[in-house]
Amino acid sequence: MITDYSAVKSSSTMRRRSLLIEGAIVVAIALLILFGAPILLTAIGQEFRINMLGRFMTLAIAALGVDLIWGYTGMLSLGHGIFFSLGGYALAMFLQLQPEGELPEFFTLYGVTELPWFWQPFHSLPFTLAALVCIPALIAALLGYLVFRNRIRGVYFSILTQASLIVFFNFFNSQQKLINGTNGLKTDTTKIFGVYAGSDQVQSVFYALTVILLLLAYMLCRWLTSGRIGKLLVAIRDDESRVRFSGYDPTGFKVLVFAVSAGLAGIAGALYTVQSGIISPKTMDIAFSIEMVIWVAVGGRASLVGAILGALTVNFAKSILSEQFPEIWLFFQGALFLVVVTVLPGGFVGWLRTEGQDLFRSLIGRPRRVMTYPSLAEDPEVEYERQNLRN
Amino acid sequence: MLTSLLDGLFDGISIGSVLLLAALGLAIVFGLMGVINMAHGELMMIGAYTTFVVQNAFKSFGKPWFGAYIFVALICAFLVTALLGLVLERGVIRHLYGRPLETLLATWGVSLILRQFVRSVSWVMVLGLGVFCVLYFGAMTIISRMPNVEKIRGWARIVLLPLSAGIAWAAGSMLGQTYQLAATKPWFGAQNVDVTAPGWLRKGIKLGTYQLPYVRLFILVLTIVCIIGMYMFLQRSAWGLRIRAVTQNRSMSACLGIPTKRVDALTFAIGSGLAGVAGCAVSLLGSVGPNTGQNYIVDTFMVVVVGGVGKLVGSIVAAMAIGIANYMIGANALSPLVSWFPQLAGILEFFANASMAKVLVFALIVTFLQFRPAGIFPQKGRMVDA
Amino acid sequence: MSDKILEIENLTVSFEGFKALNQLNFNMDTGELRVIIGPNGAGKTTFLDVITGKVQPTTGRALFKGKNLRSRSEHHISRLGIGRKFQTPRVYLQLTPRENLDLSCNRHKNVVATLLGRPSKAEHRTVAGLLETIGLTTKADIPAALLSHGEKQRLEIGMLVAQSPDLLLVDEPVAGLTDEETENVGNLLLTLAESHSIIVIEHDMEFVRQIARQVTVLHQGSVLCEGSMDEVQNNPQVIEVYLGQPEEGDG
Repeated sequence: MITDYSAVKSSSTMRRRSLLIEGAIVVAIALLILFGAPILLTAIGQEFRINMLGRFMTLAIAALGVDLIWGYTGMLSLGHGIFFSLGGYALAMFLQLQPEGELPEFFTLYGVTELPWFWQPFHSLPFTLAALVCIPALIAALLGYLVFRNRIRGVYFSILTQASLIVFFNFFNSQQKLINGTNGLKTDTTKIFGVYAGSDQVQSVFYALTVILLLLAYMLCRWLTSGRIGKLLVAIRDDESRVRFSGYDPTGFKVLVFAVSAGLAGIAGALYTVQSGIISPKTMDIAFSIEMVIWVAVGGRASLVGAILGALTVNFAKSILSEQFPEIWLFFQGALFLVVVTVLPGGFVGWLRTEGQDLFRSLIGRPRRVMTYPSLAEDPEVEYERQNLRN
Repeated sequence: MLTSLLDGLFDGISIGSVLLLAALGLAIVFGLMGVINMAHGELMMIGAYTTFVVQNAFKSFGKPWFGAYIFVALICAFLVTALLGLVLERGVIRHLYGRPLETLLATWGVSLILRQFVRSVSWVMVLGLGVFCVLYFGAMTIISRMPNVEKIRGWARIVLLPLSAGIAWAAGSMLGQTYQLAATKPWFGAQNVDVTAPGWLRKGIKLGTYQLPYVRLFILVLTIVCIIGMYMFLQRSAWGLRIRAVTQNRSMSACLGIPTKRVDALTFAIGSGLAGVAGCAVSLLGSVGPNTGQNYIVDTFMVVVVGGVGKLVGSIVAAMAIGIANYMIGANALSPLVSWFPQLAGILEFFANASMAKVLVFALIVTFLQFRPAGIFPQKGRMVDA
Repeated sequence: MSDKILEIENLTVSFEGFKALNQLNFNMDTGELRVIIGPNGAGKTTFLDVITGKVQPTTGRALFKGKNLRSRSEHHISRLGIGRKFQTPRVYLQLTPRENLDLSCNRHKNVVATLLGRPSKAEHRTVAGLLETIGLTTKADIPAALLSHGEKQRLEIGMLVAQSPDLLLVDEPVAGLTDEETENVGNLLLTLAESHSIIVIEHDMEFVRQIARQVTVLHQGSVLCEGSMDEVQNNPQVIEVYLGQPEEGDG
């Protein structure tokens, strides 16, 4: 017992040290992106890419959420566009209401003279900030509860989320009087604290905000996935009914993780809206929500770094390819789906962890890493065979 | 009031029958393989485009023949999409067996490719693809006959893939250079195309004040024929028996010597073929574009969710219920019934258009699932826990 | 309250008319080790399904420590103190044995406690001790997917113990194990029986003989007979259902 105890203790100090190192690296990268990237991009005369990078980092926040539920818990949501848009609409409406007392332009266009009751609280910034996280999270929690409670899962869950996406799309698209329908809400020309939201000043503040929130989101997900609950999420992915027989109720956990993931998407949507200048029902079309999944798939599911990298690379590839060859982009995207799913199921990070590492080792002349039982590794006969095989 | 309700009912049924036709293939495939094919809508779209091509071919034959093109188009649409489905099953879905979520993503990729394909398909592209397939798969076949195949397969792929792609590209551009626009012009383009229904389908029967278009009737009959055909096939034929066996218990069927892989391929091909038939029917209702399939896909998924797997009748009831509910709510056909209760009538009024109807129908579906999570007709009995 | 840990009264479970369990009556004392045998289709697994809440009884009831188990969900029943080991080992393949055990060992299984709670030192020690008991200390930190079949079986039993249930339901623990592994599992079960009530379902008669004190024979969804191993083995009815014809009994 005494030896056990000391082993536990030493492993926990080891863990603390490695966590500290990891934290330092992550913060360093964040600082680099925060200050280094704008300077670098300005230096090479690509200032417009700063805004792009900012937007893609908001998408990375959404990707973290998708990774939580799909990568770790194994639930494929095809409806994250809802939560993304809700966050976006919440902040956009706050901005539209900014010069206090004035009704947004579009309302008068449709003959609405008084602000609908549910928009009233959006005059307040604290409420808006809370709402852009909580409304998506609550809606996800409700939908999730109704679905998970009945043990509906797998593809059923996926297509139900997709159907709810279409429902929200239809709702937002057809309600001109309440939310300006197809046209969506513009934020460019609105003022925030007396400054135009589209101005460089506000944009760079939002760029910084995005980096910081991405960092916080990463830390939240890191905390969630490394603790006991993270293991439980993986357990739910592996064998949900076994989890039940172990005494856990998966419903609660799934609702929680779905809500957290939706909240992250809400934050992402709000940040994205300000940086792109508009939110419209277009962010609720089927394709966008599935794209979120493919960012995670490309980067590597069940890997938080993978989700962020995937969101950034896929979106940069998209912007470059669809600028140059708009026709090829869809073919490319389709092929990306096929290739990632069939050839690279672990995504880029998954590949790095397995084959990539082997490739690297073989390049520097080291033997391949062999996954095996410790006892097998000590077996002299096996060792001998391995020697022979290597030639 | 009664007649308006009946009108609504018939319109609902006719919407439901399109939905059912579209969902039928999907439901069978889902029941058998547990796979949701996101490209199902695109297969419908291909079926619709096939109809368009057949129609154009028949236009040159002259008047008496033109009326009959629809039957040829149905068969062609079935065959083309069934073939496409077979390729899809062999090329993609087979490798993802037991991973339904990944299959969903992969078929979405296929659907993106198909949508862009019909937009930009031209002679150059077809030739290029053809050359590529002949070179690559031909060479791979030859290599697979060689004795030391395992060793060189990886390298062969790496060498052959760019090589054949390069040759195909070159051949395509040469064709483009020689024939210029004739070869590079897209066949269909991104614009919608119109299929003209044959003359005899353009009329309708008058029932009182109500005009019952023959097209709707035709689709209803087509749906009934497809269902009866499918039913007979599943219940009476040897392959139908195998399909049912695999649907119920895959591993046991495999142990009894049923070729489950061939059953999968066959079912998927038939399911895809039915999508083609549905596409053909849809083309009669309006213009056809690369995104046509997307309009149907979510509704058909809902049919599968509500209907449950394993029984055709579940899909039938679900499709009809969703179709009728959508129409009744969208056209506000129910409000006369509840005129004695103004609040409810007001709520119905709020949902009375095509998009808001979907909102209410979805709410109803989620409510329904609270009571029957496995659909109307779930597979009963001792379930092997998955 | 009685000292019966499990009482089952007139339990019937029917699937579309097919009665998997038919008017089953069954009693078990606290601290008992009971082996249930019976030919294929006798309803053994359904019996466990009912107790663990996976299947709802059509009629009749099952009482655990005097509490009715009807319409309680699986996790609820598990928290009452019933643990189950499945026929094929079901462990979380992507997690390591240590994490597998840690999840089962967690005492507070609601969302908030799992979210905020950290494994206590006592739990760390329990897990370390269990790893040693099931002989997986050296493999504690590799994914469970890499374990052999026998190791997975032991890990699942370990998970069961980590839950510290009052009643253990063990479904065919030695299926597919070598003789040596079988004996190990048998000894493990006998050790556990000192502090738990256990129901074992098994086909392997050698194994049953090793561990059994009291045996219940199920046939066509009801109890055929009950008694010690010798009594059961010499019961003509049992011989008949197991071997078809009584005259082939010695074959």
